[in-house]
Amino acid sequence: MPKKVLDARNLTVTYKTEKGLLDTVRNVSLQICSGEIYGLVGESGSGKSTLARAIVRYLPENGFLKEGKIYLGDTDLLNLSKAEMRRVWGKRVTMVHQDPNAAINPSVMIGEQVAEVARTHLKLSKKEARNKALDMLTKVRIADPEVVARRYAHQLSGGMLQRVLVAIAMATNPELLIMDEPTTALDVTTEAVILDLIGDLMRENDTAVLYITHNLGVVARVCSRVGVLYAGEIMEEGSIGQVFKDTLHPYTRGLLGCVPRVNVNKKDISLKAIPGFIPRPDQLPPGCIFAPRCELAEEACRVERLPLKEIDYGHLTACRRNEELKRYGEVVADMREARSETEYGELVLEARNIKKYFPVVGGLSMFEKNRKREVKAVDDITIRVRRSFTMGIVGESGCGKTTFARCIMGLEEANAGEIELEGELLPYSVARRPRDMLRKMQMVFQNPDASLNPQHPVGEAVARPLKLLSSVNKEAIQERVKELFAAVNLPEDYIYRLPHELSGGEKQRVAIARAFAANPTLMICDEPISSLDVSVQASLMNLLVDLQESKGTSYLFISHDLSAVRHLSDWIAVVYLGRLWEIGSAEDVFVPPYHPYTEALLSALPIPDPDIKQESIRLKGSVPSAMNIPSGCRFHTRCPRKLGAICEKEEPPWQCIGYYHQLCCHIPVEDLQALQGEGLLKKERGAEQ
Amino acid sequence: MTNFLLRRIGFILITLILTSIIIFSITQLLPGDVARVILGRFATEQALDNLRQELGLYRPLHVQYLDWAGGFIRGDWGDSLVSRMPIRPMVMQRLGNSAMLAGVALLIYVPLGIILGVIAALKKDKPPDQLITGISMAFVGLPEFVTGLLLITFLAIGLEWFPANSSIDPESTFREALPYLILPAITVSLTGLGYIARMTRSGTIDVLRTDYIRAADLKGLPAGQVLFKHVLRNSLLPTVTVVAMGIGWLLAGLIVTEAVFGYPGLGRLIVFSIQRQDLPLLQACSMIIVAIYSISNLAADIIYGLLNPRIRVGS
Repeated sequence: MPKKVLDARNLTVTYKTEKGLLDTVRNVSLQICSGEIYGLVGESGSGKSTLARAIVRYLPENGFLKEGKIYLGDTDLLNLSKAEMRRVWGKRVTMVHQDPNAAINPSVMIGEQVAEVARTHLKLSKKEARNKALDMLTKVRIADPEVVARRYAHQLSGGMLQRVLVAIAMATNPELLIMDEPTTALDVTTEAVILDLIGDLMRENDTAVLYITHNLGVVARVCSRVGVLYAGEIMEEGSIGQVFKDTLHPYTRGLLGCVPRVNVNKKDISLKAIPGFIPRPDQLPPGCIFAPRCELAEEACRVERLPLKEIDYGHLTACRRNEELKRYGEVVADMREARSETEYGELVLEARNIKKYFPVVGGLSMFEKNRKREVKAVDDITIRVRRSFTMGIVGESGCGKTTFARCIMGLEEANAGEIELEGELLPYSVARRPRDMLRKMQMVFQNPDASLNPQHPVGEAVARPLKLLSSVNKEAIQERVKELFAAVNLPEDYIYRLPHELSGGEKQRVAIARAFAANPTLMICDEPISSLDVSVQASLMNLLVDLQESKGTSYLFISHDLSAVRHLSDWIAVVYLGRLWEIGSAEDVFVPPYHPYTEALLSALPIPDPDIKQESIRLKGSVPSAMNIPSGCRFHTRCPRKLGAICEKEEPPWQCIGYYHQLCCHIPVEDLQALQGEGLLKKERGAEQ
Repeated sequence: MTNFLLRRIGFILITLILTSIIIFSITQLLPGDVARVILGRFATEQALDNLRQELGLYRPLHVQYLDWAGGFIRGDWGDSLVSRMPIRPMVMQRLGNSAMLAGVALLIYVPLGIILGVIAALKKDKPPDQLITGISMAFVGLPEFVTGLLLITFLAIGLEWFPANSSIDPESTFREALPYLILPAITVSLTGLGYIARMTRSGTIDVLRTDYIRAADLKGLPAGQVLFKHVLRNSLLPTVTVVAMGIGWLLAGLIVTEAVFGYPGLGRLIVFSIQRQDLPLLQACSMIIVAIYSISNLAADIIYGLLNPRIRVGS
């Protein structure tokens, strides 16, 4: 019989701000039992981190718990003094935070950071604590704990550091473990490994876990129960099956509809974005807080706010219209009129054999024997992009995808290769490209904050390429700016606003409007949606699709997010260590036979559907340094399907599967097909039937 | 680290060579004539000419420079024009005196500055912080001749705790000199204290905000352990740099304080050499100061590197 570990009742957290007292989290109750992983999902601004800090009584100075009770087992945490809380922290409740690079002290050895917890709470001697630390490092599957224990944070990768944090958190065998976005800063492959680890350890130790994340796919993979937090209130709570399959709140449905699926793409569906924004705590609507954004809202919703109500056993919702929701069934996305299988237009971009090596500077490298130390960021990549067509590029961080994009754009000068835009050969450097060529190629960057001048109204940012790259007069430019703002669904008065008055998603819309101002033939999008909330991601993806259809622009879409790439791309190229490993139409690349690397990426992808059981194919370690590229097949050091010596010695050949799909591997295509069977997507179709 | 050291030492050598050229050229441009300084206003033209011949002042400038620089490296710094005594022992003795003053001042203001800085950081924006920040700002702003005179008025003349005049016998040992060192050291410390306290305060505030301090708190470590092991180890790094760089200022930059107290340090020797147009002495003092600043900067970098594992241990 699992016992209740955390019982938090009716928590209201208040911040003192310039605008007065703001209730950021209102009336939230959480119960978590031993052995249970409870997922708390919410977008940014939902108050999920505030809630976690309130539970451990570690709020910032201007925050306090206005109401509520918090019990840990039988202990009333609110009755404890600060000193007594220190005996709870680290012993009975532990926490793992988002950014592992920041959460480990850079000046203290890793082993000591584990051992000090054991000394403080378990009263172990120095030597026992050191052994305990090694034990814990072994438990989180660190291969050589003795070596790692003597390292400092900067010597380890993000994935390793997150394991260390898990080791610290589990060292005292706590009753409750709180994890706040523990995998968000990691690559998808590393994330998968950490999630496996968390799942195994929790089952072993019967710990209660509060798992905070914005990623529904991650929740579906590791959690047993889930609560959906919106603007400081729980909207829906239940088991994974209940919440994901019999969704009883329009907000949850909205979130699920925002996530692209891996089996369909822009040709079949448009994502269902949630209109509007999360209300700020000082501007809460009077009735249901989701009503202003809800399609189902009726008069009563806008007047009265309902408390959470248990509809099924353990399944709670705050929506009064949950009965109607049941009738809607599982449709979460708008079907589109199937687009005619596009006749691929003429070639727009052809980049042949692009190479970019960065020399390694620093030290006395010029005196060293091996003078040519280089980082081979991009090492011979060839792609073609056709009109009104999206080429998606995926790969882990550090694989060279951004450098490649910057070479095409001319922001980095390639060392070798040819870049042709509409049949015209381009100089490597953007400075030497003719103005008309600059106009034809535009870029949208990941971080809109960094790409908009904070001192200038955003309308000016959009007008600038018009002034520079076309010869129209002032009124015409104003007119055009208005059109562009309308095209990216921004109200006209935003033209005069400054960047800081806009949300992240709105800023990215401005960046897209600016890119389209020049009427480009090709747009390079480098992780344009990665830093945004899921609901905002969905609306931006829809925007990109619509603009492509109406303007015939081609995209080079770069992302580590496989589902976004799958949704937007016609073709997909998979990149690892500066090279292409698989390329083909989006439908083909994600269906077996695929390259073992693609397979691992797909297997790691968190999918917000509890019915899909992905095969767990996990990559060992992290991406090797591009300074010492492995011999033979570059992927052999991490390949789960490595054949043997041939992979270490010889570069693999390109193999064709049909006309459009190619991959680069020693394993014959037929064997890959046999090994990989039906693959991920087929399984999902099976589950639906 | 070795590479880094070699490169830095190389840079210091280049700096010294360049500054020696600059110092030599400037002293040539200064008004006044060496021969006239030595022989006095009423010397005959013939006598002056003979002396110039003797001193080699008619040789081309670069030959004179090489001759001077070569002598400097060999340890032959020449004789003072005024006292006719060898320069090197004179400068070294003054340097020793300056080092005694610097040592006492460091012992006063570094620990105090760190403690005040940490308290201010822990009580950020509260009365203790405002008090500490306000007072240290005031002392940084007050010139040494004001604080020095105030100290003399109250502690020396009023309370008679310390001697008002610190013009010690240049031969005296540290023990004998110590009572005379206190007041000038406090004067210097009042300026230095402000820098150290503010540096420590901002470094500590930055570290207190980091994720790893939140993590250390939530590990349930005792508050003292969090402060001493996790906070200070990181937050004092910039302070250490400031302390090491301050050594240059302490040894050679205390011209005003030394003048106020009549303390025979390096600073007063420079003033003396300028007033009396003692060119060889001025050149030697300037070179020593440049060397001290370069070395204390290097020391700052080395200490920072030794304390910071991100630099000490490669990735």
